[in-house]
Amino acid sequence: MTGTLVLLRAFLRRDRWMYLWWPVGIAILYVSQGWSVDGLYATQAEFDKAAAGMENNAALIAMAGPARALNTTGGQVTWQSAAFGAILVGLMSMFIVGRHTRAEEETGRDELLRAAPVGRHAAMTAAVLDAGLANLVVGAVTGAGLVAYGLAPADSIGLAAGLTLCGWSFTGTALVAAQLTTSTRAAYGLAGAVIGLSYALRALGDISAAALSWMSPIGWYQAMHAFSGLRWWPGLLLLAGAGITVAVGYAVFDRRDFGSGVLPARPGPARASRSLGTGLGLAWRLQRAALAAWAVGLLLGGLAFGTMGDDVGDLVGDSQTSRDLVLQGSGDIVDGFYAMLIVMLAMLAAGFAISSALRPRGEEDAGRVEVLLATALPRSTWLAGHVAVTVAGTLTVLVLAGAGLGTSYALVTGDGSAVARMTVELLMTAPAVLVLAGFARLLHGLLPRAALLAWLALLLSYVVLIFGELLDLPQWFQDLSPFEHLALVPVEPFRWTPFLVLAAVAAALSVAGQIAFRRRDVH
Amino acid sequence: MIDIAGLVKTFGHVSALDGLDLTVAKGEVHGFLGPNGAGKSTTIRVLLGLLRKDDGEVRLFGGDPWRDAARLHGRLAYVPGDVNLWPNLTGGEVIDLLGRLRGGLDERRRADLLQRFDLDPAKKGRSYSKGNRQKVALIAALASDVDLLVLDEPTSGLDPLMESVFRECIDEFRSEGHTVLLSSHILAEVERLCDRVSIIRSGACVESGTLADLRHLTRTSVTADLASAPVGLDALPGVHDLEIDNHRVHLEVDTTALDAVLDALQAAGVRSLTSQPPTLEDLFLRHYGDRIDGEEDGRR
Repeated sequence: MTGTLVLLRAFLRRDRWMYLWWPVGIAILYVSQGWSVDGLYATQAEFDKAAAGMENNAALIAMAGPARALNTTGGQVTWQSAAFGAILVGLMSMFIVGRHTRAEEETGRDELLRAAPVGRHAAMTAAVLDAGLANLVVGAVTGAGLVAYGLAPADSIGLAAGLTLCGWSFTGTALVAAQLTTSTRAAYGLAGAVIGLSYALRALGDISAAALSWMSPIGWYQAMHAFSGLRWWPGLLLLAGAGITVAVGYAVFDRRDFGSGVLPARPGPARASRSLGTGLGLAWRLQRAALAAWAVGLLLGGLAFGTMGDDVGDLVGDSQTSRDLVLQGSGDIVDGFYAMLIVMLAMLAAGFAISSALRPRGEEDAGRVEVLLATALPRSTWLAGHVAVTVAGTLTVLVLAGAGLGTSYALVTGDGSAVARMTVELLMTAPAVLVLAGFARLLHGLLPRAALLAWLALLLSYVVLIFGELLDLPQWFQDLSPFEHLALVPVEPFRWTPFLVLAAVAAALSVAGQIAFRRRDVH
Repeated sequence: MIDIAGLVKTFGHVSALDGLDLTVAKGEVHGFLGPNGAGKSTTIRVLLGLLRKDDGEVRLFGGDPWRDAARLHGRLAYVPGDVNLWPNLTGGEVIDLLGRLRGGLDERRRADLLQRFDLDPAKKGRSYSKGNRQKVALIAALASDVDLLVLDEPTSGLDPLMESVFRECIDEFRSEGHTVLLSSHILAEVERLCDRVSIIRSGACVESGTLADLRHLTRTSVTADLASAPVGLDALPGVHDLEIDNHRVHLEVDTTALDAVLDALQAAGVRSLTSQPPTLEDLFLRHYGDRIDGEEDGRR
């Protein structure tokens, strides 16, 4: 164990930003639920009515967790945050453990360390302590936030401590995964799959056989029943899970060779497929995995949103805040709610569009473009391949999000026409989404170093959507968001003019970016 | 094949190339020699149309490498010094991809090269070592049907056995009448492979010629045991760093003055004599020695 503390100090320094953003982000997730619930319902009667609606909605229960004390602020906070908070601490633990163990080993930096006078287990011990500490900080900040917000201290601490324990058990999972695989990516895939499985098991368990929930760490966390008769003993299960998985991680580590895993690295094809020989073929090959992930994510997102059906009125409540948030003016509350959901799904799709538009920059940064452009592949063709994937991919994820939303809405309400209608409605937001992608493309062409600023444009659009009316932001600022110009379907009738103008702007930005790229140095 | 005259390239305020000249004729293996940071890679990137020149004249196969990049690239293959592969593509896929983008691979040569370089083409990019990544790019280049190979420090990361395979491959490529531009700071490699050499330093070419041309500009190192103390050596023009320790003599001599030195040594009676031809290390020391000294002075 010699050197563990020295390494831990070095790790903490490398992770200092993670120690800021993860705890703050997760604490905001929890506390903001309380804030939004308290703002949503003007009277307890209204709150009771909404809670009754939620308790009977199997889709919401599958998404969030067992429905307990939903007519209290604390109960709502627990219900709406716990499952997602558990996923977040799982991801945080996975990244912290992965980056200091398998990633170091894969890149060979670990060899330098092992040659130094540090113990064999020093690095992994420091990584486990690092992740353990980070989870402790997450719990402390979240607990402090909930108490400061004014929720019952004992339950607040219980909810936060459960989060820490849950993070610890996923730390052990990540440690085992890092021992089993040879690449960091595969380790993340394995640990991520366990986290996903834990979520799915409890989702199934909560709506059908409770035994399934007892097989999931997230289920154990929710079984602590914070704000509805807090009990501590399920926390022991989490602690035991952490202890056992960490012990297994050490045991596997001792039985394997340096640089190797237990699961064999899968060989790939020795020959390229027919399609991998053009700019477009390469762009497709490089982006298809990410596109598939976004497509599945947006389909599930749409499905989840649509389960709310027409019961929106009860869920939303009657307070002025929620009216402002949802209605953005006047109109039918269900239509207003879905108009808002459509824009939100479109903004999620913009996440794909921007990351896809920035992919060529990532390629350039990684030094993989030189060799390509030294072949007979023209620069413009190379980039055009990525542009085609961005545009086609954006349309695909929008269609899937709309189809998901429409399908589950149709299943809940029996309105079969919703599938086609909502799919088209989401597809019609494509110009606004592509404006953001075009902006990213232009930045990549003109100012490659500043290209990540493209994400700010999405953030701005989101801020305008959520807070534009609420905070009465100046009109010129709201106009910066491309989404503000589209007709708010279905509250408002569809308008062609903004649709076509935005499409033209998107095309102009993209073309300008491509021309700028053709004229500059490639690195 | 390559004609560069007065090439200038600056990055912001930093001048990377400052009036560089380089000529590579068809059928030769041209060594492009210089220390790290001298501007070798920048020159190659301009030549490949990746960077835009600020001034000067650059011709590749008689065309403009910036404007006609893609057309000209069909006739060449490039191997960078630091090969970065896509983590999720296998080596075999990358070889096929690059080959197809260049306009086709010679299947027989591809198989032969995989065997000679002992590369497993089914492994993913992320699991290759630096040397293996280099092999992937080399095989893709050598299996393509091209007239010109542009190699930027191609053997960094290859073990000695693979280096010798690499040399064989370059010799075969040359014997087919093709051309190679080989940038390197490994002198033995250039000495072994190249017909002509251009030496660059701080963004400009300081010397260019065949190895024989350059060798005659350098000195020979002579050590001799003599029967008696030599006379008149210090008066000979072209003799440098003369050390006489009783009957033992060490000196550096310009090739032009070698005759006169041997006469003087013979007059004193030679018991043993070693003379070393200049290696490229010597060339380098002559061109960069002052700079290295200067740096050290600057540090103090």
